[in-house]
Amino acid sequence: MWKWLHPYAKAQTAYRLCNILLPYFAMIAVLSLIVGWVWGLGFAPADYQQKDSYRIIFIHVPSAILSMGAYSSMAIAAFIALVWQLKNAELAVIAIAPVGAAVTLIALITGAAWGKPMWGAWWVWDARLTTELILLFLYLGVISLYNAFEDKGSAGRASCILALVGSINLPIIHFSVEWWNTLHQGATITKFDGSAIDPSMFWPLMVNILAFSAFVGTVVLIRLKNEILLCEKHRPWVRDLVKSQTQNVTSEIGDNNAV
Amino acid sequence: MQRQYSYRQLFFSVYKKDVLLAFRQRSEIINPLLFFLIVISLFPLGIGPEPQLLTRMAPGIIWVAALLSTMLGLDKIFRDDYQDGSLEQLLMSPYPTSLIVVAKITAHWSVTGLPLVLFSPMFGLLLNLDANSMQAAVVTLLIGTPLLSLIGAIGAGLTVGLQKGGILLSLLVLPLYIPVLIFATSAIDTSAMSLDYTAQLAILGAMLAVGLVLAPFAVSSALKVSIS
Repeated sequence: MWKWLHPYAKAQTAYRLCNILLPYFAMIAVLSLIVGWVWGLGFAPADYQQKDSYRIIFIHVPSAILSMGAYSSMAIAAFIALVWQLKNAELAVIAIAPVGAAVTLIALITGAAWGKPMWGAWWVWDARLTTELILLFLYLGVISLYNAFEDKGSAGRASCILALVGSINLPIIHFSVEWWNTLHQGATITKFDGSAIDPSMFWPLMVNILAFSAFVGTVVLIRLKNEILLCEKHRPWVRDLVKSQTQNVTSEIGDNNAV
Repeated sequence: MQRQYSYRQLFFSVYKKDVLLAFRQRSEIINPLLFFLIVISLFPLGIGPEPQLLTRMAPGIIWVAALLSTMLGLDKIFRDDYQDGSLEQLLMSPYPTSLIVVAKITAHWSVTGLPLVLFSPMFGLLLNLDANSMQAAVVTLLIGTPLLSLIGAIGAGLTVGLQKGGILLSLLVLPLYIPVLIFATSAIDTSAMSLDYTAQLAILGAMLAVGLVLAPFAVSSALKVSIS
């Protein structure tokens, strides 16, 4: 496996891999977002108790799952970057952080919008909500630490260390609903004795989770491509790439002018 | 390179130097305590002086004040040594960086955390705590404040090379303090209902053990990033 992975330590190969993967991720994201939202928001049956307002679950739950998923993948990338000193993994950490922060913010906002009709308050200091807010602060810490350094090399390593240290909060967030019996409900989808949610709502939710994962993957890939280009901007291959693309553009402009 | 000192000698020489420096500059020891006192006196002014209310809020107030006052001295752990260049020399020495880091963190704790633990019964009296919770407050502070110094040192190591590290430091470190805060205040709350709070103490102790083992390594790699 190491032989297979090794080439991707090189920025150019990683960039090419991003290019190959990007259309698949983008296609899955667009398709399943359309299917998931139309199915979930339009066709899934209304809840007997919460009526139609439960439908926010189709945005809230996937984004909440992804907020933690993005953090764990960021922490894994940070670990790889620190142990094997791979520059690309550092770039991946930087690429993931703002996306994760955005997803966390979506989860918090939709949660607040769901909490208003159900619990009667926009915000409660419930264990899950509080820990999710802390997760947002962890993301913001990684981002602002990266921006604080002038030398981007040490900036990347410093934010890797912080991302790794911050990952101790992940289990606390995950188990917060079990350790503190508070307002937010416990795990519903992943129970050993089968899911506690009806199949007619379960499947659209699954499609939405897939859609959000693919969407986050797409955005991360685009950001990673940018980070690689920024980091390698003095290298000949980037110069060639830029040259070939600008040539296309200028030749198109030239064609238009000719017409 | 040959090692002239044993690890024990190294630890105590670094520790002694930091504590001595703090004692020469008294304000470093007194200021966090004064800050703690001021923060605590702000709460009765802000939320009202009813004794029951204060008793109910005391664990949270004491711990939030403790978090904030350890934050004060955090930037100092490495900053002075970084500026006069001795930190670089320490890192270049043939001794393990994590040992030097542990010595510096211990010095920081004895200067800021330990006085807080010693004075906390007095602050508890101000907030109308009963004897049971007072004992819990002292014990949780005794276990918790070293952990605060350990976690904070990671942030201090990451920001030592930055010009305006101070504000950033609080953004980095405070989210990491939250687990400590949760279990410590829950221990004091439990003791106020005269229940057994050893479970929370055990978790705090476990966190301290893990922190003591892992944090020095995180700090030394953070320092290496900052110095390079």
